[in-house]
Amino acid sequence: MWLPISAARWRRWAFLLVTALALPAKAEDSQEVVLWHSYRAGEAEALDAAVDGFRRDNPEIRVRVLQVPYGAYPQKLRTAIPQGAGPDLFIAPNDHLRDFIERELIAPPSGVDVTRFDPRLNAALTLKDAQWGYPLAYKALVLFYRKDMVEAPPATTDDLIAIARRLTAAGRYGFVYQAGIPYYHAPWLFGFGGRFFDGETLLPFESPAAIASGDFLRRLTFEEKVTPVDVQGALVTELFNRGRAAMVMNGPWFVSEIAADVPWAVAPLPVVSETGLAARPFASLDVLYRSAKASPSPGVRALSDALTSDAAALTRAKVGRQPVANVAVMHDPIVEGDQLLAMQARQLAATEPLPTEPVMQLAWHPYESALRQIQRGTKSPEAAFREATKRVQVLARPLPKEASLRNYVLAALVAVVVGLGVALRRMRRGTLAEVRSSGTAYAFIAPAALGMLLLVGVPFLMGVGLGFFEYEGTQLRFVGLGNFASILGSSDYSPLSPMSFYFTMVVTVLWTVSNIALHVGLGFALALLLQPTWLRGRGIFRVLLILPWAIPNYITALIFKGLFNTQLGAINALLVSVGFSPVSWFDGFVPAFAANLTTNVWLGFPFMMVTILGALQAIPADLYEAARVDGAGPWRRFTSITLPLVGPALVPSVVLGTIWTFNMFNVVFLVSEGQPEGATEILVTEAYRWAFMRNGRYGYAAAYSLVIFAILLLYSALTKRLLAGRAAAEAT
Amino acid sequence: MTERPALWVRAGAYALLTLTTIAVMFPVYAVAVMAVSRAPGFSVVLSPDPALFTLDHLRKFLLTTDSEGRWLFGRQLLNSIVVAGGATALGILLATTAAYAFSRFRFPGHRAGIASFVIIQMFPATMMIVPLYLLLSALGLLDTITGLIVVYSTTALPFCVWMMKGYFDTIPTDLDEAALVDGASRLRIFYQIILPLARPAIAVTALFSFLTAWNEFVMAATFLSREEKFTLPVTLFRHVGAYGADWGAFAAGSLIVSIPVCLLFFALQRQLVGGLSAGAVK
Repeated sequence: MWLPISAARWRRWAFLLVTALALPAKAEDSQEVVLWHSYRAGEAEALDAAVDGFRRDNPEIRVRVLQVPYGAYPQKLRTAIPQGAGPDLFIAPNDHLRDFIERELIAPPSGVDVTRFDPRLNAALTLKDAQWGYPLAYKALVLFYRKDMVEAPPATTDDLIAIARRLTAAGRYGFVYQAGIPYYHAPWLFGFGGRFFDGETLLPFESPAAIASGDFLRRLTFEEKVTPVDVQGALVTELFNRGRAAMVMNGPWFVSEIAADVPWAVAPLPVVSETGLAARPFASLDVLYRSAKASPSPGVRALSDALTSDAAALTRAKVGRQPVANVAVMHDPIVEGDQLLAMQARQLAATEPLPTEPVMQLAWHPYESALRQIQRGTKSPEAAFREATKRVQVLARPLPKEASLRNYVLAALVAVVVGLGVALRRMRRGTLAEVRSSGTAYAFIAPAALGMLLLVGVPFLMGVGLGFFEYEGTQLRFVGLGNFASILGSSDYSPLSPMSFYFTMVVTVLWTVSNIALHVGLGFALALLLQPTWLRGRGIFRVLLILPWAIPNYITALIFKGLFNTQLGAINALLVSVGFSPVSWFDGFVPAFAANLTTNVWLGFPFMMVTILGALQAIPADLYEAARVDGAGPWRRFTSITLPLVGPALVPSVVLGTIWTFNMFNVVFLVSEGQPEGATEILVTEAYRWAFMRNGRYGYAAAYSLVIFAILLLYSALTKRLLAGRAAAEAT
Repeated sequence: MTERPALWVRAGAYALLTLTTIAVMFPVYAVAVMAVSRAPGFSVVLSPDPALFTLDHLRKFLLTTDSEGRWLFGRQLLNSIVVAGGATALGILLATTAAYAFSRFRFPGHRAGIASFVIIQMFPATMMIVPLYLLLSALGLLDTITGLIVVYSTTALPFCVWMMKGYFDTIPTDLDEAALVDGASRLRIFYQIILPLARPAIAVTALFSFLTAWNEFVMAATFLSREEKFTLPVTLFRHVGAYGADWGAFAAGSLIVSIPVCLLFFALQRQLVGGLSAGAVK
């Protein structure tokens, strides 16, 4: 036994393992209803309470509730429902409504009398003469203010600026909100008389009203500086709670984040002084949908009815403090007595429905870039919006033309035949005999090869194949090389634009090279420091320095994102305390890239350090002794002994490290998020955006991934040739 | 290097190491502060306010119950251990056998085989999720712990095969040949001679497989659809929602999720250094 575990303990572990594996998947009974949601905290508690009530009243119906983490929710719905592995009912926001319909994920629900809901909310869910879901709750932005700082809330935007200017001082802001996010800018756009859509057509962003709203944003952030830039949700909370933000524009969820000792109140959003129109926020809905695969069984209907009943709505209003959709509950004394819920009901009268057109999913990100540029004053509103319009046109370009599958199949067949012929010719005589005599070797490899073929090879081939197709609704359409031509052609932007494929490719290479250089450099330095035998506490230093490797990288990325925050981050605090001025980390390419790099170096150096430590230990000490006797100094010993001996040991780690870094998704996606304007995006994050954030262009994303694959393949072939060349040179 | 260098060199080395360690530990410290602080929101502060100290976040994470009131943490911890442990065991079994063959035999497909283990990692993992989902669904392994174990064990496999092959290459083939002459079978040689000698490399391989499986979130959240089957990272991400997040609970969860791996690192650190690279230096 090569592990220090006794046979009895083995048996116990084996038993545990077997029982855990054998937990039977219960047979589906018809009376089971599965409900998915991604609520958390109070909203989840309120939902659970409503479900508990239903269980008590309907003991014959089994309800299985699953809270899916928000980060995985949309993708899980899209994958699971077509496979029949999804829920019967699920709760999701309404902005994906049309996407859900096009993908045939939802069916019009039944079993509920919709007159119990506010008619405006029903209308938002009605399309093609059917209502596609039941509204549970709605959310709209309102104005929160600290009563100890603001006497009366502003009625107009001029008031807002006047009050905010009075309350803005060093480290304190009069008016704070996530000004870079389109959802938060929409009220100003509508207040200035602008709109996003004409019917179902997305309008260009640079309308006069939109430019006026952009000027207003610029005034708040860049000219008056009453609103900070680069603000995230957590920062809004932080500033408000510490009395460093007097007024905040936020949604109902903000209530649970306000500290207990803060005297706060809410008001409707102000009227825009220039136009006399109210600033109208979006009304986003929490909707109960029925999966297209779920039969409208009595259980499903009964649960739909119970969850949307006035009684359940009242529970959700009380426990989860949700602004609920039921008309009767809006007028309940408890709800009317709650200042937040009452204000939500009042604001609802001045809202715009959240767009459900799929093209809006493409618009959010470019629009966000425009807003960030306006805030920082790097572009005029007109220029920024015009660029965003162009970006949306590029993203929404029509799918590649359908190609003839027959020609491609023929070409593939020819390629296979030629390939086989070449392979046969290259096979030495006797290969067959060798194959026959290598039975043992193949037997040893078989388990791993089988696993790899099935679980890596098959999905890989499916991915490769998908690159030649594109989804249209639920239909796969063969487009041949269309996706590749579109990516590599990069005809929409000049290669120097941050939006172009080639720019992203160069950034990816730069990213990989600088990472590996720093990983190896830092790893080498630390390994040398940790090497000497006189060093006390080597074990402790080692473990502490390896620790970054042990912590999941998404956690690290989120932490670093916080550390690099411009206003509240610890790194700027540190810079200021030693006399530097704070850096806006995500305003420029260089600092944003540096922030990503720092994070990934923190994550990646331990692996190299450990590899090098091991390699150092394998160098016989007498080599150094001999060199010393010969009079070689420390530097000479390092360059003539350490480097040449450690180098080869590093090759596999560097090759693997390069592949991992090239495809390091979490750091770039979570730390810089591609800011500024997509310049720090790398190829793999672009592929991800195509797959999951741009209306599910899986085919395009697969083609992108294949391009990545090809680049890495080229890299490994090159290094191999280089190494082989060097080995040959050394041998002669 | 047996002699002790001058005092200032030693002092410099200690100072440099201490500084680096502090810098490296800072984010960990930030998580720890957030985990035990009542301050809402995502704040990274240098000097925490002791008045805000609370154990609520840790308690909340440890005592989560599902909608039917059952204690979830224990169940999910067990899931995580079974998944990561199972993936590790399976991964080692597959990696050691394959690596042994690559190290000891020359056969048609030898080079292509080794190369394919590296190449296959070049395809971005995010694009594999949907195909894997369909595959697991076809195999009836969706929403099962077994399915997750099988997927994870192959995820870490290429690295593990490389590692193990490198290490096996350093073990003299004379050992195998002597045993062969004595009439031992290849399987017996592998099991009784080679594996015990490769302990450091096995430790690294095990650690790496365990780490990969233990921390994975996206696939687990996509493939599993029952709370009682979730692994800990999935639960961790329930604290991050569409509208804001409970950063205190998230930080507390991060700490708790990281602890077992840190302990494992501590236990295996000696083997780690020996195993990770010894194979590559011949």
